[in-house]
Formats: sequence, C-alpha cells, structure tokens
Amino acid sequence: MLIGVLALQGAFIEHERMLAKLGADSVELRQKSDLDRGFDALIIPGGESTVQGKLLRELGMFEILKERIEAGLPVYGTCAGLLLLARKIQNDERSHLATMDITAVRNAYGRQLGSFHTEAQFDGIGKIPMTFIRAPYIESVSGDAEALAVVDGKIVAAREGNQLVTAFHPELNEDLSVHSYFLDMVRDAERRNAHTHVCAR
Amino acid sequence: MENNRSELNRNLAQMLKGGVIMDVTTPEQAKIAEAAGACAVMALERIPADIRAAGGVSRMSDPKMIKGIQNAVSIPVMAKCRIGHFAEAQILQAIEIDYIDESEVLSPADDKYHIDKTKFDVPFVCGAKDLGEALRRINEGASMIRTKGEPGTGDVVQAVRHMRMMQSEIRRIGSMAEDELFDTAKQLQVPYELVLYVHEHKKLPVVNFAAGGVATPADAALMMQLGAEGVFVGSGIFKSGNPEKRAAAIVKAVTNFNDAKLLAELSEDLGEAMVGINEQEIELLMAERGK
Repeated sequence: MLIGVLALQGAFIEHERMLAKLGADSVELRQKSDLDRGFDALIIPGGESTVQGKLLRELGMFEILKERIEAGLPVYGTCAGLLLLARKIQNDERSHLATMDITAVRNAYGRQLGSFHTEAQFDGIGKIPMTFIRAPYIESVSGDAEALAVVDGKIVAAREGNQLVTAFHPELNEDLSVHSYFLDMVRDAERRNAHTHVCAR
Repeated sequence: MENNRSELNRNLAQMLKGGVIMDVTTPEQAKIAEAAGACAVMALERIPADIRAAGGVSRMSDPKMIKGIQNAVSIPVMAKCRIGHFAEAQILQAIEIDYIDESEVLSPADDKYHIDKTKFDVPFVCGAKDLGEALRRINEGASMIRTKGEPGTGDVVQAVRHMRMMQSEIRRIGSMAEDELFDTAKQLQVPYELVLYVHEHKKLPVVNFAAGGVATPADAALMMQLGAEGVFVGSGIFKSGNPEKRAAAIVKAVTNFNDAKLLAELSEDLGEAMVGINEQEIELLMAERGK
C-alpha cells in the first residue's frame, strides 16, 4: 500500500512518520509529475490552507486530485487538509477541492493563544488525544457526510465515504489510531475495487 | 500534556514548515504576501534594510500598526521585540500575536539576559549563529529557531555560514559516544538533556528556519538544501522590482527546492533583485547581538 502525502507546505513529514510506524509506504507529492507515482490514497497535511490551495492550482495538481477524489481515491485531511476538502468555508469566500459536504470555519478558535490539547471520543476508535493548532471546526455536515467526533459542541472529525477529515492533528501525538482507521478505509476501498473488477469480467 | 503551551507552540512552528515567512510594513503588503503564498507574515514598521539605512535605536512596532496587519490577513502574524525587552514581549502577547521574534534586528535592550520565554503563553522564535546559541535560546523557552544571517543586506553568506555551522555541529554530536556528551553540554553552556536530544534525533528539538539575506528563489533553494525547514524573507521582497512575482517564485522554490529545472523557470523575469550590500561593506553586524 502506497500513500501519497501532499508535501507542498506544512507538517507532512509527521504524517510520513506515522505511516512508517504502521508499516505503510509513503511518497511525497510536490508537483504534477509526482501524481503519476501510482499511490492508493492521499493525505493532505496541516499547514496553511491558503498556501496549499494556491500551490495546488499553480503547480497543475488541483484538477487531477479533485477528479481522483471524486472517483473514490481515499483521502484524509488534517486541519488545513479539512479546509481544502470542505465544500464551503463559512468565513472565507474561497473554497478549494470542495469534494466533501461539510461547512468549515477557519481559525475557529482564534489565534495561537486559542490553540489547545484535549482528549475526546472518536466514533469507532474510542477516547484519543487531540491537538488543535489555530484549528478550524466543522459548522455543519450534510448529504452523506457524518460527524465522528465532537468537542465542546463543535464537530472536529467527519467522514463521507472515501473522505476523512479531522480538525486536530493526530500526527503530532504518539497515538496511531486515526491513521490506522484511515488505512482500514484504504484497504476497504481496495477490496471493493478488486470485487468490482472481478464482477465486471 | 493538557494544554502544555510550550508543546502547542512548537507544534505551530511545525505547521509553518516548508513555507515562507515574509516581512511586511503595511496591511497592503501583508495582503500581497498572503496572496503570493506566505505561510505567515512578520509585521514591522521598517524592514531591516531601512533600519540599517536609518540608524538610531530600533524598537518594537506600534501595536496599532500590528493590529492593522492582523486584521488584513488570515495567516499567522509575527512581530519583533528587542532582545531582553520582556515588557515589549508582554505588550505583543496582550494583542494576541501568533509568534514573537526576539530579534537582533532591533536594538538590544539587555546586553546580558535574553527574555525568559518560559513565562509566556505565546511562542517565540529566536536567531542563532551556531548550535550553542540555538540550544541556549531553546532552553530559555524559544519554540522555533532561525539563522541570524545578516539582516537587511541581501547577502546570503552569513545565513549559509550559520546554517552550515549548526548542521555540522549537529552531525558531530550525533556521532559522539554518549559519555562525551557531558563535556559538550559544558562547552555549549546548555543542559545535558538538550545535547542528548540532538545526539539521539540528529536535529534540533524545534523547527529551524533560514533567515537573513535571502533575496532570490535560488537563495531559498540553497538554504533548504542546506537543511532549513523553511525560510524568512525580509527586505528581499519589498525592496525588489516586482514584489508579487518574486514572493510567489520564492514560495514555489521552497516547495520544490530540489528541482533545478523548475527553479530555472521560477528565476526568470523577476525584475530587479534587491541591490544589497556585501558583508564586508557594512559597519553594523546585527548577528553579533545577543549570544
């Protein structure tokens, strides 16, 4: 299993370390030609969504990734990654890949003094550590998107089919459970694809 | 680690990695920087080149000016205070700055003591010329390090010297026998635990950016290849002929610092670079402030 990690800006190395601990290989995606590397899933890391969104477009990666996600490529976005996947950002006129039926609020907890760490319940995993850095939260989910974690009444994790997002950063803690959850999603998608291919024959 | 500020502050620096932090003096410049792909801006009244030209005592910027920039952009906003001037730092914390740069670019307020940064909730970035300085600042509570370089010159030679020095000292400590680390801690005037961290991880315990004299996409790529995790660009952008284009090119150069073909494209037609001053021509070495 090969996981593509978007490496335009931000904390991508931290995700690669988590994947390595779980025995999954990763490849850094820095430009269009890297999208030919045949990866099975995508991680969009934390960082600045404005920077990553701009570079995705200007380096010619935007449309290709958007199409692949819409076609079912498993994707996991943390923090800025959540913002890139959100259909709508409530306090920003720009949206980016906009493949997921969630409305996000950017810098929802204010400036760096509002950054915090907590532990909370994550559906299907249990109680896990959550680190929020100038984080967004999800104001609402619609369509097939469903909330997976709630902190202080705000949705901080959600899933819609092949897409997973968290407003917090599991890659900054030692707990591997969210990455492990994502790798299970990738395996499920692979099994489904294999099944479809067999049936098609 | 329930709300461990020092950990959260180091984490913010991790989010800035692979990015470019740009000096800006007005809300308009801040918007240009954000649109060009800056991952944060440094709000200051005068960029280093002008501080150098104007001479005199250089202080923390007017909080009103900083707030104007905070309101203009959605990315993190940093601001500088003088070395040792903890009251300026308290003021910057009161206006909820995202990062304080305890900076040698301003006139030092204390020629012996740096700020005890562990007393603050907001994060600090500090300059360093070598590993000892970097670890001393981290021990005082800095959550991010940058090379000092020689600010406001457009000459990258000192940033290169400082980054090479840090990296070679990290490699040296990484290859030491464990019983040699005690003496190294003594020589660097830092706690043993920090030296042990460098020995075990072959890196600083915090994010390390390049700063000082970066003026072109090639300069930025050079610093990244030498081991920087991101780049500060001060005078290099708004002292050049086409700030928008140069800023955007430097951002892309930091992401694809190993792709010479792309760097060649990015370096085309950027207009005039900051004129710059060679290090031999300057009288004031800011990098010598605060050790």
